[in-house]
Amino acid sequence: MSKILIRHAVKKYGDHTVIPDLNLEIKDGELFTLLGPSGCGKTTLLRMIAGFNSIEGGDIYFNDIRINDLDPSKRNIGMVFQNYAIFPHMSVYDNVAFGLKNRKMEPKKIQELTEQYLELMQIAEYASRMPNQLSGGQQQRIALARALVISPDVLLMDEPLSNLDAKLRLEMRSVIRHTQKEVGITTVYVTHDQEEAMAISDTIAVMKEGVIQQVGTAKEIYQRPKNLFVASFIGRTNILPAKVEENALLFPSGYRVELGSGQQMENQEVQCSIRPEEFVISKQGDEGIHGVVREYSYLGPNTHYAVETVDGVTVEIIEESSMEDELKPGQKVLLQVKKERINIFDRTGRRNLVRSEAHEG
Amino acid sequence: MKAKQKFTLDIWGLITLGIIGVYLLFLLYPMAHLMKQSVYDPQTGQFSMENFIKFFSKSYYLNTLLNSFKVSLSATFLSILIGTPLAYLFSAYKIRGKSMLNILIIIASMSAPFIGAYSWILLLGRSGVITVFFRKLGIVLPDIYGFSGIVLVMSLQLFPLVFLYVRGALANIDNSLLEAANNLGCSGLKCFFKVVIPLIMPTLLAAGLLVFMRAFADFGTPMLIGEGYRTFPVVLYTEFVNEVKGNDGFAAAIAIIAIIITTFVFLVQKYISNKHSFEISALHPMVEKEPKKAQKFLIHLYAYLVVSIAILPQVYVTYTSFKNTSGKIFVPGYSLRSYETAFSKLGASIQNTIIIPLLALIIVVLLAVLIAYLAVRRRNALTNTVDILSMVPYIVPGTVLGIALLSSFNRRPLLLSGTMLIMVIALVIRRLPYTIRSSVAILLQIPLSIEEAAISLGASKMKTFFQVTVPMMAAGIISGAILSWITMISELSTAVILYTGRTKTLTVAVFTEVLRGNYGVAAALSSILTVLTVISLLVFNKINAGREISL
Repeated sequence: MSKILIRHAVKKYGDHTVIPDLNLEIKDGELFTLLGPSGCGKTTLLRMIAGFNSIEGGDIYFNDIRINDLDPSKRNIGMVFQNYAIFPHMSVYDNVAFGLKNRKMEPKKIQELTEQYLELMQIAEYASRMPNQLSGGQQQRIALARALVISPDVLLMDEPLSNLDAKLRLEMRSVIRHTQKEVGITTVYVTHDQEEAMAISDTIAVMKEGVIQQVGTAKEIYQRPKNLFVASFIGRTNILPAKVEENALLFPSGYRVELGSGQQMENQEVQCSIRPEEFVISKQGDEGIHGVVREYSYLGPNTHYAVETVDGVTVEIIEESSMEDELKPGQKVLLQVKKERINIFDRTGRRNLVRSEAHEG
Repeated sequence: MKAKQKFTLDIWGLITLGIIGVYLLFLLYPMAHLMKQSVYDPQTGQFSMENFIKFFSKSYYLNTLLNSFKVSLSATFLSILIGTPLAYLFSAYKIRGKSMLNILIIIASMSAPFIGAYSWILLLGRSGVITVFFRKLGIVLPDIYGFSGIVLVMSLQLFPLVFLYVRGALANIDNSLLEAANNLGCSGLKCFFKVVIPLIMPTLLAAGLLVFMRAFADFGTPMLIGEGYRTFPVVLYTEFVNEVKGNDGFAAAIAIIAIIITTFVFLVQKYISNKHSFEISALHPMVEKEPKKAQKFLIHLYAYLVVSIAILPQVYVTYTSFKNTSGKIFVPGYSLRSYETAFSKLGASIQNTIIIPLLALIIVVLLAVLIAYLAVRRRNALTNTVDILSMVPYIVPGTVLGIALLSSFNRRPLLLSGTMLIMVIALVIRRLPYTIRSSVAILLQIPLSIEEAAISLGASKMKTFFQVTVPMMAAGIISGAILSWITMISELSTAVILYTGRTKTLTVAVFTEVLRGNYGVAAALSSILTVLTVISLLVFNKINAGREISL
């Protein structure tokens, strides 16, 4: 078991810098997810930890041991690849036993451990089969068993669910989560799917262009994103321009929201991130942003609306479905915001002006 | 994200250096030696362009160059013209006996070209069976000797290459592309020219280059059927072999000119094909249709006619091998006497045909797999050098390589001339580029992550290579090896330069027997060669069950 410490890590391809200066601390036993759009450097970072990519600067430590120059085969890492990388010419059993054999363990011990992990991943019945006879989910289980059986210090997973269909993905998600907790191994998990990241992780690091944007729990990054990128990458949100005047939020249409004594903001232009469920929609009233319903879709528990405001912006709104009739296209409505929940960013979108505990520290 | 790595002196670094050493000694040194010979005057010991001036000032030599171009270009166009439609019909329509036709086409392509030439002489030559038959009817057939004969034999010999290449490319065209074309109002012939041909253009160019190179370097065919029509390799061979009037320096100069020409053609082809290159792969390959009545007849007529003509020489040679001979001419009656003579006089050549290619094959496979691995997985400046070096033999005609090797290794301490080893080396060098290409293709299909998985599970680099990479490549390597084997046993142009009495191979034996006029023995020997080829192909099909052949 290890904690992972990354200090000023740099990755370059020739003159092209992919990761300029990256710092992270991954706690012992947690499931830590690197989340970001494709090309953000998350897989690159994972492969630096694994030893398949060189490190151009900085240090990576497992506990107190610097592993920068350690050969990948000596790092004691379990790795699960996007395409599973199951050896197609070996049986399921031999795939799982491969790492143990390389460790020159005595045959009896190898057999015992292999069987134990085949059992753990519920693939013992397929032990003698060849991998190409198995389904994607089963291959995924082999990959996990193979990575875990060597008792690695760290488990690395590179988009392990992206090749599975939607239903299997949900199933394997909970298998991974469950197994990780049971074995208690420090895990670094890479994905571009924010829902998957939120469902599975203890801690999430959101990455963009080789820079960590925010590290936090799923709840922290969803509710109090540090910047506009995180706000719009995690979940759905509407971005509306506004102004802060005398500690109140003023929308172009004239709608004014008092921020209250808990917040102190200087007068400035801002960008508001208002998630679809942070709007209150009503047919009449005297305060709010005026708009017209353009579309709606009924999705069971929720109903989604697209509303065009008087400022010409179309916003997305989610309401809990009710027994009454939905608002029909053409219906004039009034939108209010749940002011405790929305996020307000400076004009550049780089800084969240809303004070919260998630950002102290 | 495939970045170039730095060179490191690990186990793979050592292998890289070792391979470069092999190429330096057996490819670059002979080539350099050849170049020196071409500009060195042995009498004065000084630099001299005399040989080149001689070549370009005499129309006799210049004409051979022109002849070679005419022959090679004609053969290339004809091969594409015959091979492409045939491949398309095979992919697009149901044809009776298709798998048998397929095998026959491959057999036709695998035989040594000069056997075709010799057989066509027996059929269409001055006293050939067909010629005589028509003469009795009062019809005089056109002369087979010279330009037309060479082009006929080469086209029939080489169109199967185009056929196989195009078949492979067509298998990668997604049916939905053709359906989309049909849907947009483009069908039939128009679709073939507007959609299919552009899609297989890169393949046509590659096949065209291969055919041109083979035709240009072919020595046996023009030697036998060319008569007064002399081409490059023939002049090269006669200048080199002729011990009385022959001039090594002049032969070297001709060889250098040949290499310059093939390099030029190679670069032009690369330039054109880079402009046409794109990747296609089929999710749903083309579906074979049942042709309509009239169509069906024409398609079958074309397919069977082409294949029969292509296979005819070998069938006829095999037939004559059972005929009785008296002295040098065939006489009525059948027996195995030709075979008896063949085995008693030339049995050693059969042994040589097994041993020499087998040794070469082992080395080729080992080197090709290592080089492919270096080129794909360990890209750095040095492995790139290896990659480029390994392509050099592609543009060196076999006769030229033979001459270079022979004149470089005929003195101590590097005395190899006359040995079996030098023939093995020649085969290795010549066949490596093809085997490397196919190994690279196999390796590219194996995801890197599989090797990384092995390494992260604690396996060493060598262990990963031999326990994970090689087993996964095995099927592809073995089928590639069988194809290499078939090309090696029918190789003539290098062997004919390097052989001695003790290292004579079957092809060389057939060739010399044909030249001596011992047609019966020659026929028996080439039938044995055909049997060897067919057996090898059957083994290939068995191992490769269902997969397409590719060269």
